[in-house]
Amino acid sequence: MFSGYWESISVFTGINILMGLSLYVPMSAGLVSLGQAGFMAIGAYISAYLTKLHVPFGFAIAASAIVSGFAGLLVGAPALRIRGIYIMILTMGFGEITRVFFLNFEPTGGPLGLSGIQPLTKIHWVLLACVIALLIVWRLRRSRLGRAMIAIHEDDVTAEAMGINLMVVKLLAFALGAVLAGIAGAFYAHQTLFIDAQQFDFSRSAITFLFVVLGGPANPFGPVIGALFVTVLPETLRVVQDWRMTFFGSLLVLAAIWRPDGLIRAVHFYR
Amino acid sequence: MTVLLQVETVNKRFGGYFALTNVTCQVWTGQIHALIGPNGAGKTTLFNVVSGVTRPTSGRISFAGTDYTGRRADQVHAMGIARNFQSVRLFPGLSIFENVMIGCHARMGSVFRELISLPVPWPKAEREARERAAEVLASVGLDSRLSILPSELTLVDQRRLEIARALASNPRLLLLDEPAAGMNAAEVNQLGRLIRKIRESGVTILLVEHHTRLVMALADRVTVLSAGSVIADGPPNVVQRDAGVIAAYLGDGA
Repeated sequence: MFSGYWESISVFTGINILMGLSLYVPMSAGLVSLGQAGFMAIGAYISAYLTKLHVPFGFAIAASAIVSGFAGLLVGAPALRIRGIYIMILTMGFGEITRVFFLNFEPTGGPLGLSGIQPLTKIHWVLLACVIALLIVWRLRRSRLGRAMIAIHEDDVTAEAMGINLMVVKLLAFALGAVLAGIAGAFYAHQTLFIDAQQFDFSRSAITFLFVVLGGPANPFGPVIGALFVTVLPETLRVVQDWRMTFFGSLLVLAAIWRPDGLIRAVHFYR
Repeated sequence: MTVLLQVETVNKRFGGYFALTNVTCQVWTGQIHALIGPNGAGKTTLFNVVSGVTRPTSGRISFAGTDYTGRRADQVHAMGIARNFQSVRLFPGLSIFENVMIGCHARMGSVFRELISLPVPWPKAEREARERAAEVLASVGLDSRLSILPSELTLVDQRRLEIARALASNPRLLLLDEPAAGMNAAEVNQLGRLIRKIRESGVTILLVEHHTRLVMALADRVTVLSAGSVIADGPPNVVQRDAGVIAAYLGDGA
């Protein structure tokens, strides 16, 4: 059905969709994270390390999700006391700390990276994970928890006065996003078969941010469309290959002018 | 009669500004209690202190005998104190129905159970909250089938929606901060009937209002604040004749 080339692009698109959704969840609670690559790195390294010890891939993915989720709680805890731009700075710091940690952590290869990872990522599993993640995020939007996240995003003082425990909801948003990024990392490691700290640098967090902002941060389908657009377009337009980052940068500027709410508008539920 | 809300020698300072000075007052169960005073008297600050939005610099506040000074707003809400905001603060990205559903949030059990039941299309708690939301929307006179966002409502309906959102949590004490602002005479009468109906359903009401006729018609008791201090407290007809109150509103020379 797919040639190897398109299959590989589809897998990376799926991984990027998971990354987009992983940022969408905390962003819907007003927590703009610029460190999602950090959670992805944790997921990638843990799963790769485990499958090299012949742990089944399914368990390795689960372990990645759990450890990333806990990392999300750890990063989220100090983020509760700060707002807006300071959360961006804090999460950026977390992303860099994680990168430097793996650069120096010898058991997972340090600067040499981790090679010889088994090719366990299969396209249908990635797509299934995307569908499940999207369903969960969609259900979340229609649930009390998702409503509380939007309420906190729009006016946290009022949200708290309406009985919403800001701490619990924000932490859950952060952790849920981190879980998704961890799973994305596990699929990523078993697709590229070689990981090093460099692959999880700031530009990966920034491009994840682009998926959400370009696609639409107020609709669960926004990050999906954003990830599709940003991943597939440069492949079909080979001309822009050398100008990738310039292209994305220009895209963001144009989107900010013409579609400030993203390609997909906010979704509203009236009853 | 029992005291539902007790405010004891509460002080609130913002830097060098004394917003509230030794404020003591109590709200009795089942009453409509009005809080009046000239602009800048500290009415909204007192509301914020009572609802946990800001902490008092000193003093004590208790609800049904429980001291809750220093608790967070969501904890205060959980005890059964709900409020609206003078400057309407609805959630603009949520629909009218969802805004009221936010009011039900705290009555829907554990958030963690919610997380587990995410794959369930309509969990029981959600269905019950939806019924409650439709009910309170109807009770304030809003059509629960309106497919619009709060910003598309008139200011008067936005105020009604805020009351609905506060009522959705089944509070024991409802704090209303100038609900009649921007309403015409007919709408004020309608609001008066609504407030009475809410009281009859067993909810105690603390009301900040500039609309004198409404206050005099509704209130069982009136507390007057001026420059951060209580200058009078009593039944409306007594307070209305109080020399200190007249001076505060019209100036000493009056």
